[in-house]
Amino acid sequence: MSKKVDIKVTVNGKLYERSVEPRMLLSDFIRHELGLTGTHTGCEHGVCGTCTVWFDGEPVRSCLMFAVQADGHEVHTVESLGTPDNLHPLQQAFMEKHALQCGFCTPGMLMTFAHFIQRHPNPTDEEIREAMAGNLCRCTGYENIVEAVKLAAQRMAGK
Amino acid sequence: MKPAAFEYYAPVSVEEALDLLDQLGYDGKILAGGQSLIPAMNFRMAQPHALVDLNRVKELFYIKSAPDGSLLIGAMTRDVTVEFDKMVAERLPVVTETMPLVGYYQNRTRGTYGGNLAHADPTGQLPTISVALGARAHIRSKTGERWVEMDDFYLGPFTTILEPQEMLVEVAYPALPPRSAASFKEFTRQVGATPMVGVAVLVTLDDKNRFKNAKIAYLGVGEKPYAATECVKVLLGQEATAEAIRAAAETAAQKDVDPGTDIHGTADYRRNLVNVLTRKALTQAVQSAKK
Ligand SMILES: Cc1cc2nc3c(=O)[nH]c(=O)nc-3n(C[C@H](O)[C@H](O)[C@H](O)COP(=O)(O)OP(=O)(O)OC[C@H]3O[C@@H](n4cnc5c(N)ncnc54)[C@H](O)[C@@H]3O)c2cc1C
Ligand code: FES
Ligand code: FES
Repeated sequence: MSKKVDIKVTVNGKLYERSVEPRMLLSDFIRHELGLTGTHTGCEHGVCGTCTVWFDGEPVRSCLMFAVQADGHEVHTVESLGTPDNLHPLQQAFMEKHALQCGFCTPGMLMTFAHFIQRHPNPTDEEIREAMAGNLCRCTGYENIVEAVKLAAQRMAGK
Repeated sequence: MKPAAFEYYAPVSVEEALDLLDQLGYDGKILAGGQSLIPAMNFRMAQPHALVDLNRVKELFYIKSAPDGSLLIGAMTRDVTVEFDKMVAERLPVVTETMPLVGYYQNRTRGTYGGNLAHADPTGQLPTISVALGARAHIRSKTGERWVEMDDFYLGPFTTILEPQEMLVEVAYPALPPRSAASFKEFTRQVGATPMVGVAVLVTLDDKNRFKNAKIAYLGVGEKPYAATECVKVLLGQEATAEAIRAAAETAAQKDVDPGTDIHGTADYRRNLVNVLTRKALTQAVQSAKK
């Protein structure tokens, strides 16, 4: 075991101080150290996208970062999007359009598309499909996810 | 799927990082965007003794113009920064157009330009484009520095001329002469996945629309970016017609490349891809060069 390192990370607006081994992945830090199990892990090599979180405001694979690298930085996980009583428009649209079945891919899809809608407030189907290439879903067949993203973008644009 | 233990260093300057690399020698490994290294560590295919993380070395994040007109990209510049940079779009549109093909957005927010080049993936788009564009690598170590043509930078799959104590600090793209344009074409079964074959071309036309200069480089037909020579001979001095382009593409497929067969495709299939992609890339580059 190598020496532990003290880190301070702001996750969903709250400052956490922890002592971690350098080899601890950011995804494991979020899940095991902070107990924020909304962030899922699947492939742990950057392909499936379910571990997607925002690091300093940009979506990244949390399985391809070490927790020590987040020292002094800001992370947002799916828990920051909405609450059961007050869903994010994207979460609401996923529910209405049946854009999830088992829900395994959902946190990554939400974090990917919540950011995508900021960059593309009025997305085409093509743009949505292109953006979805980095997130795998083994249940839905993707069609309903495209519908949900479109609906959420419309509502967020106030249309 | 958890990495083995390692010592972790997070230098804040190039100087400090080079000191560390010098002390660590073969035990040290640079961590850039981690989009290739960390998967390998998670699989325990890589078990570096110590990581020298460059993510806090601010001086390696930049895109700028040099006095001689070349474009300089600092090694730690994120892929997304390059993708959306105006100067890159103006001067190297081929890079801007190709960036979306390098993995996915969520990889490019972390992945770095220098890390991609240093990783030397034989199916990497950026190494092949850099070879075609005649780019040069700026390499530093504690004891010195050198400039190396990207053509000479690659030795084989995932292998470059970099010594363990060396760092790629910057890549320089020379200014293109007038009436020049580049293009990149690849074939892949799935967006963001490893391309089977890709080609990067750079052409310069004279005032009579004849090929004055051409550079053509491939990925997926060998163990490293491969700069073709026979097809270039066919082009030089010829008028840039569809016929000349077709002849060059044929030559590339028949004489220049010697692809292998694997589960993804046969050698013949790859030859055919070389032919088709070379034709498309040259056609596009010629069109842009005429403008
Ligand atoms: C799902 C997925 C899809 C991908 N698809 C593609 C693709 O289509 N095309 C493609 O080209 N890449 C692809 N990649 C790889 C990605 O682009 C990586 O970002 C890139 O190959 C490595 O860059 P990095 O900054 O992440 O480097 P790291 O992973 O941090 O490092 C890679 C290697 O380079 C060395 N290194 C890094 N920086 C330097 C330096 N400055 N000097 C010396 N050595 C250095 C490291 O020690 C290591 O050996 C993909 C990755 C993932 C996870
Ligand atoms: S768990 Fe991170 S991309 Fe699959
Ligand atoms: S809902 Fe099951 S993987 Fe997407």
